[in-house]
Amino acid sequence: MFKILKKERLAENISRLVVAVPHIARAAKPGNFVVVIPTEKAERIPLTIADADVEKGTIAIIFQIVGATTKLLDSLKVGDEIPHLLGPLGHPSHIEKFGTVVVIGGGVGIAEIYPAVKALSKAGNEVIVIIGARCQDLLIYQHELGKQCKDLRITTDDGSCGRKGFVSDELKDIISSGKKVDLVVAVGPVPMMKVCCEVTRPHKIKTVVSLNPIMLDATGMCGVCRVVVGGKTKFACVEGPEFDGHEVDFKELTDRLKPYRDVEKQALDHVCRLLSITPQ
Amino acid sequence: MTNRSARERISDFNEVPRGYTAEQAIEEAKRCIQCKKPKCVAGCPVEIDIPGFLKFVAEGDFASAVKKIKETNALPAVCGRVCPQEDQCEKECILGVKGEPVAIGNVERFVADWERGTAPAVSRSDRGGGKIAVVGSGPAGLTCAGDLARLGYQVTIFESLHVTGGVLTYGIPEFRLPKAIVNLEIEYIKSLGVEVKTDMLIGNVYTVEELLKDYQAVFIGSGAGLPKFMNIPGENLDGVYSANEYLFRINMMKAWKFPEYLTPIKIGKKVAVIGGGNVAMDAARVSLRLGAEEVYIIYRRTRREMPARVEEVERAEEEGVIFKNLTLPVQYYAGDNGWVKEAECLQMELGEPDASGRRRPVEIPSSNFKLQVDTAVCAIGNSPNPLVPHRTPNLETEKWGGVIVTAEGLTSIPGVYAGGDIVRGAATVISAMGDGKIAAKAIHKQLSAGGI
Ligand SMILES: Cc1cc2nc3c(=O)[nH]c(=O)nc-3n(C[C@H](O)[C@H](O)[C@H](O)COP(=O)(O)OP(=O)(O)OC[C@H]3O[C@@H](n4cnc5c(N)ncnc54)[C@H](O)[C@@H]3O)c2cc1C
Ligand SMILES: Cc1cc2nc3c(=O)[nH]c(=O)nc-3n(C[C@H](O)[C@H](O)[C@H](O)COP(=O)(O)OP(=O)(O)OC[C@H]3O[C@@H](n4cnc5c(N)ncnc54)[C@H](O)[C@@H]3O)c2cc1C
Ligand code: SF4
Ligand code: SF4
Ligand code: FES
Repeated sequence: MFKILKKERLAENISRLVVAVPHIARAAKPGNFVVVIPTEKAERIPLTIADADVEKGTIAIIFQIVGATTKLLDSLKVGDEIPHLLGPLGHPSHIEKFGTVVVIGGGVGIAEIYPAVKALSKAGNEVIVIIGARCQDLLIYQHELGKQCKDLRITTDDGSCGRKGFVSDELKDIISSGKKVDLVVAVGPVPMMKVCCEVTRPHKIKTVVSLNPIMLDATGMCGVCRVVVGGKTKFACVEGPEFDGHEVDFKELTDRLKPYRDVEKQALDHVCRLLSITPQ
Repeated sequence: MTNRSARERISDFNEVPRGYTAEQAIEEAKRCIQCKKPKCVAGCPVEIDIPGFLKFVAEGDFASAVKKIKETNALPAVCGRVCPQEDQCEKECILGVKGEPVAIGNVERFVADWERGTAPAVSRSDRGGGKIAVVGSGPAGLTCAGDLARLGYQVTIFESLHVTGGVLTYGIPEFRLPKAIVNLEIEYIKSLGVEVKTDMLIGNVYTVEELLKDYQAVFIGSGAGLPKFMNIPGENLDGVYSANEYLFRINMMKAWKFPEYLTPIKIGKKVAVIGGGNVAMDAARVSLRLGAEEVYIIYRRTRREMPARVEEVERAEEEGVIFKNLTLPVQYYAGDNGWVKEAECLQMELGEPDASGRRRPVEIPSSNFKLQVDTAVCAIGNSPNPLVPHRTPNLETEKWGGVIVTAEGLTSIPGVYAGGDIVRGAATVISAMGDGKIAAKAIHKQLSAGGI
């Protein structure tokens, strides 16, 4: 049982929890994730470790409320306990001095890049961060990221904050300005990561993406998280979740995220009834 | 032992065999002629004193029988159900030469079930032994932990999943091994003083080296890991599952009670299960119970070569599973919705024997045919769980991933032992338990002699 110490609503449908779990905080590295089971009958869902504090023995998770299990997780309050929390999982991000690194976060991916931005800056890289969301109200972590890098750029689909357009437009401009970019890291929705890879491919700039296939055990046992990278099947929970974006079969990843979409509405309705709230 | 009717049992998840009555158990036990040099014992990987416990059963003294069994086997209710007895104890029984061997497994199952509800026979010595860490709560880990606890050690099991039991919990379905029984057996191990910590992935949260700082020895029983696939086109389509995923969703996450339990599963009307082992039978029989109309077992050799227990193959057949033997899938095709719709297969014939002594299946050219399916389950095996070996640089493994151990279960790292599927690849419950016992003995010997 792991106690929730802090809870914040960062944006409409995005929450942040700080949980006391010293053994995970101690071992967590940027890029790692956890599996959370918010109630005994819920799914096992993977969430990135958005921050870890070894001294306080806490980790932060930031999640978008998209379905039944994230809804249940969001129904927990400060002082409540999360019954199961497993981690740190996955390979940590590869951190070293690359030179100039552009780190891109889209949607809830903005929170997921925070530990990497922090570590890349500390390793002496020049870090440019691009974050994007549909509109200003959905932008999160601007302030925190701003503290970790000198160059933070913002895009929104509707232009309500920063540049009107997509994160990939900003990336394109950085590259065509002639700046030498040594590495791009992109974390967010699948279409966003895909487009970023298309932007960097002609310039042969190495692009790391963090994939988010469906996961179950997340310990390398069930095989549901398989993704095709460089023509080979890889298990994202133990061999990823970060991969070379130029090698990823995004089409298959998109297809493999779909199979339960219809029944998941049923699950959400069930949870809403349990929590006595009306489904949106 | 009698079975419930096939029609009744495919409509629920309750156990298939009814189990012995006390009279039946006594009668069966009386058949044992109490051999002076019992061959059956040599066939049991944990060396239960079989004539010893059968004698107590014949006398109606079930309590002493249980005690006798538990001297060497902490999980009799499990073994009595899932041991391949026909290849082990019962295969060696002298009565089997001319007639039917004693149904040792069934009697074992009876006494273990009889004991349930009565207080567990706890016998532990408190000699203040050292601290031992066990990785994994499958049969190998549980047995090693139980034995060491009885010897007076302070044992902690680290389990990565949220529930204990390993394959006993997430793999073998309820109708073959009720989870209430697994849980009781685990409670028994805990009653010996073993501490169980779930949600602890060793390698990631603590490395084996780190464990060695706080514990005097480590036993690795982390079991089988990544499922094998055939690497044929279409295998990543929606509707193509690995058996691990399929059974994990159902047994562990209780997807059959969706949406009360929130993990979904989609079982179609026509299910093809690829493989001929116990895992394949379980996946097929689960599918029937969850409403599939046609369930195929697709196996590339013949019934005779099937690795599954004969009993389970027979039960699957009675329940209506359709066997397509000498058949090999080569490609899956999707329908418009992206979901699997057809499996293209090849007809095979048996050729020369291969390294395993079984006749090798050979393709018959141009024998391709298509089978309409909306779910496919790949049950062709797993490789050993790679996590602990990956995170433990000095731990030597075979090329195929198995951890290398001595006859005593010792790995290449002093103080670190291993057993079960992580060493053997896919094996059996009882051989995993046997490994756990051997390692416990070796750990005790080493620590008694003054440590590592
Ligand atoms: C390694 C990893 C790290 C992740 N980190 C985070 C994180 O830090 N914050 C966060 O908000 N989310 C993260 N995700 C995604 C998160 O796991 C899913 O949003 C969550 O499982 C949804 O559960 P649910 O029951 O609430 O929704 P569901 O009812 O399961 O799904 C609702 C909708 O979301 C889609 N969906 C389901 N699973 C995923 C997925 N894995 N990725 C994208 N869409 C999905 C479904 O198709 C459906 O349309 C991560 C995923 C992975 C694999
Ligand atoms: C569907 C199915 C049916 C079967 N039917 C039979 C049968 O009828 N008869 C029979 O004898 N055998 C059967 N088997 C085989 C048998 O179940 C296995 O051989 C046996 O369970 C192996 O035991 P184990 O303790 O080595 O591993 P497991 O039972 O696999 O247990 C390993 C445990 O370790 C945990 N773990 C893994 N990595 C870590 C880590 N890094 N840190 C912490 N914990 C970790 C896992 O979560 C798991 O709980 C079947 C197997 C399956 C899958
Ligand atoms: S444990 Fe298995 S092999 Fe040993 S006596 Fe019991 S059924 Fe037979
Ligand atoms: S071999 Fe058969 S008859 Fe002999 S002791 Fe064992 S069970 Fe009894
Ligand atoms: S989630 Fe099961 S193997 Fe990756």
